[in-house]
Amino acid sequence: MSAAHGGGAAAPRERADTWTGRLREAALAALPPEKLLPDGQPTYVASWVYVFGVASIASLTVIIGSGMILALKGPSWWHDTGVGHFFNSVHLWAVELFFFVMVVHLWAKYWMAAWRGGRARVWMTGAVTFLIAVPTALTGYVSQQNFDSQWISTQAKDAMNSVGIGAFFNLTNFGQMYSYHVLLLPAAVVTLVLAHVLLVRRHGVVPPIESKRRFAPSGGAAGGRSPRAGRSALEGGKVDPSVRGGSEGEQADPPAPRGSEGGGS
Amino acid sequence: MSLARRILTSKDETAPWRGGYARYDLVKELCIALAVITALAVLLAALFSSPDLQPSTIAAWSRQMPVNFLATASKELDGTSETAEYGPPYNKGKGFVQHAAFIHLQEWLGISHPIDPAKDYVIDPLRTVTGDPALSAALQTYERATPSRQRDWAQAYAKPLEAYEAAFAARKAPTRAVAVNERSGTVTVAASGAGPVPTMMSVLLNQARSGALDGILLTSRHFYQTDYTKPLLFIADGALLEKRAQAQHLLGNQWGMMNETGSYPGQVWLWLYTFWYQIEPFSTSHNADLLVMLVMAVLSLAFVLIPFLPVVRDIPRAIPLYRLIWREHYRSTQEDE
Repeated sequence: MSAAHGGGAAAPRERADTWTGRLREAALAALPPEKLLPDGQPTYVASWVYVFGVASIASLTVIIGSGMILALKGPSWWHDTGVGHFFNSVHLWAVELFFFVMVVHLWAKYWMAAWRGGRARVWMTGAVTFLIAVPTALTGYVSQQNFDSQWISTQAKDAMNSVGIGAFFNLTNFGQMYSYHVLLLPAAVVTLVLAHVLLVRRHGVVPPIESKRRFAPSGGAAGGRSPRAGRSALEGGKVDPSVRGGSEGEQADPPAPRGSEGGGS
Repeated sequence: MSLARRILTSKDETAPWRGGYARYDLVKELCIALAVITALAVLLAALFSSPDLQPSTIAAWSRQMPVNFLATASKELDGTSETAEYGPPYNKGKGFVQHAAFIHLQEWLGISHPIDPAKDYVIDPLRTVTGDPALSAALQTYERATPSRQRDWAQAYAKPLEAYEAAFAARKAPTRAVAVNERSGTVTVAASGAGPVPTMMSVLLNQARSGALDGILLTSRHFYQTDYTKPLLFIADGALLEKRAQAQHLLGNQWGMMNETGSYPGQVWLWLYTFWYQIEPFSTSHNADLLVMLVMAVLSLAFVLIPFLPVVRDIPRAIPLYRLIWREHYRSTQEDE
């Protein structure tokens, strides 16, 4: 009976010799499926404040959805019809909600010092997302084709020109601003959000500050009673060597049974 | 170890979690959040709609404020308007060129959207008019004159218009050199030494009132147009946009960049950016835009790099708001003890 059928000692897995195979192996090592989509979270993930991360994604989804409907009908549609105006209003209010929940999310993560435990990149991708979202909204305001866009574009141009950006980011050029608004900047925001979420999945939700008894660095006795009847990782979960020993001080968390930490972003 | 050294060399001792886990359905959470946010956005849209004030046109400007239109056009002609004096990226002017110490970004990037105000806003539009011998003669006279003579004519024409506007703003009796016919919308300017300029400006005002100038300023070598730089800068040189903006509390000294027309929330996330314009030295500096942008660039970089900044990254430990967020966790660990 061959090893492939379960007999004898398992042969060491050969490393893939194609770029595709290596990419798959690297992706699976960084984010095994049970870590990407776990159905459990550490017991400390028990606050309404965690909702604001996922609310940011939800608002972004509504922005993109309403924006796609507006894009389907063209930039003048919303001025001419009641339905168009309604979808523009949904788009506007989704943007206001997006910034509100994102700012609350950022403040919450600041006070949680959420960059701890090798999570600096999680913070940085989130912060850059906020910074890119600002010109994404600005280009939307100057693409409205009304008095608001006239005033904002003619006033804000001075700031752009003063730092030379005006040479390739001309707020008074509707065609250019519309391209930035419906494609370039949203693509950047979505890419950053995706990277942010994947990093959260990989590193997990940051643990509470200064609760060292629970965070046995070398696999010491941990767990204990949980207010939410959670199961300890050491009770049933095996430590997957593939998620250990990351780089740059990355924290390798043992996966919990049927999933690991890293929830509500 | 001194406090300063302790802060600068503080180590991150956060270890991986080895405690309990609880069921948590991320996909369900996302679906619920999506439903709630969609419902909220739809509700807010249904209740409050969204603002959509009609844009200003050159036609509307010239009809509502003909004196201001002519005064602005004269400044475009004599090279003293904001756009004419601006500098890069529009022309070689120096009036709005900003720098900080050795940083001259605006000049380094050069002229990317060339605008010659006299030619683009006055001469070229007038050239499109046919069948007007008086205008043709006036244009010929103007173009054959020396630049200094052209400037003198334009300034002689602009002077009574500016006096009229100043008197109007101060609520004083306006100069008799300017007569506005409210019914026809025509403006008669008694300007001595203005050469052919009154004839040219009279036709330009008619062009503007008819709406032709709005289209002409958008025309380029291409059939399709998407760049509104020229007409927008021309309108912005006048007083109409500012008048409307003031009424909508959108001026810079009204925290305008973060406001929206009407009572709608605007770009409130720009509060910090707008804040700098309200205080010294930014509020009075010729280089305010550049200085504010540089300050915001530094602050933005610091924001991204918080995990590596001593003191800033340690504040959350010093002010334990986190105990509120993880209160259940801390309560349970206390119970365990």
